[in-house]
Amino acid sequence: MSWHVATVVGARPLTRTARALTLAVPGFVGALPGQHVDVRLTAPDGYQATRAYSLAETGHDERVDLVVDEVPDGEVSPYLVRDARPGDQLEVRGPLGGYFVWHDADTAPVLLVAGGSGVVPFLAMLRARRSTGRRAPFRLVCSVRTPADVIERGEVDTPDRGFDVRWVFTREAPAGWPTPPRRITTDDLVAPGFGPDDGTDVFVCGPTGFVEAAAGLLTGLGHPPDRVRTERFGGA
Amino acid sequence: MAVVTRGFGGRRPEPEHEVPPGQFVTDDFPVLSAGPTPDVDVSRWELTVRTETGEGVSWTWEQLLALPAEDVVTDIHCVTHWTKLGTTWRGVSLDTLLADVETSAEFVMARSYGGYTTNLPLQDLLDGQAWVAYEFEGEPLEPVHGGPARLLVPHLYFWKSAKWLRGLDLMDDDDLGFWEQNGYHAYGDPWLEQRYA
Repeated sequence: MSWHVATVVGARPLTRTARALTLAVPGFVGALPGQHVDVRLTAPDGYQATRAYSLAETGHDERVDLVVDEVPDGEVSPYLVRDARPGDQLEVRGPLGGYFVWHDADTAPVLLVAGGSGVVPFLAMLRARRSTGRRAPFRLVCSVRTPADVIERGEVDTPDRGFDVRWVFTREAPAGWPTPPRRITTDDLVAPGFGPDDGTDVFVCGPTGFVEAAAGLLTGLGHPPDRVRTERFGGA
Repeated sequence: MAVVTRGFGGRRPEPEHEVPPGQFVTDDFPVLSAGPTPDVDVSRWELTVRTETGEGVSWTWEQLLALPAEDVVTDIHCVTHWTKLGTTWRGVSLDTLLADVETSAEFVMARSYGGYTTNLPLQDLLDGQAWVAYEFEGEPLEPVHGGPARLLVPHLYFWKSAKWLRGLDLMDDDDLGFWEQNGYHAYGDPWLEQRYA
């Protein structure tokens, strides 16, 4: 699998730390929602740094849409969030990963469980569901620190038949929110109404600690482990 | 020749020693698992080696702990680009576990609690290259990192070091494990950057 030259064609701030980037990538084809790419930056002296990022949108060949959340003390994400601007060139390899993927022909109910920027591959799934007109029912449970950290809230909150979202705020909730800030609970995963008996496909993405907690609650509810697909980032 | 990215200087950390191409050094211990972390009870834990003729030999947890153990200090390399230097492990060498196993097989499918699989050539598990590890940095191996016991094959990308190990099936012909069926390389040498099929 080879590297493709990518040119930044769009950049849009989303939160204090997250930014949407659109890259034009000749030769990049066939991405599925949930897949990721490797992104490689090269300094003038030849030094290179590579990191993996989930795709935020699929369905357009020769185009890569990312949402990058800045990692404190990171090496690649601060460049992508703060410095990259239209016309800049970098490299992309992919699409990668064949397991953490939603296929738009699948009709099973889908429960998406996101922690922080773990919502990014789910944006790709939601966008694919909408753009293809598929009617597999989707539920998203989205855990964020504060209202200001929500990525693409306007889009995610837009009413859509067969889709609903449940927000969990862990540090600071919006004014008038019915519950104080708290971590995700079993109730949050039961409330969407897609249980193990519904043949639900579950996807969980977020920081390692969040995924460990959420996946543990889900298997505790009886979701078969082989129907709970996970993607983790960060240390444990 | 790679394109130069305007404005990217890089952090250029000085690794303590050379790392494979495309890797960066981290002090974290990131986690890559396809599904939930299984809850494996050592009172029911068993490791089974099955040969190509179907003969099996098994160890209970107590039997594994009773075998001669080795301390291993090694770098580990994940296909998601992180490398962790100088990790310390304790476990039983595959040379010990396979010493009395009669086989002419050339390949192995490692099987895990939770259903994970990964394929390796048998020769990559022998001659001091692979262990069944149950301690990390002097502590019992945490479930999130593969405890109670995982395969440790540090010269290959770390997805080959199957977490929650429960069995090794010896095979005459190579077959593909879980990630290998999902786009990753059948062998996975980090120094040759064999990430993807």
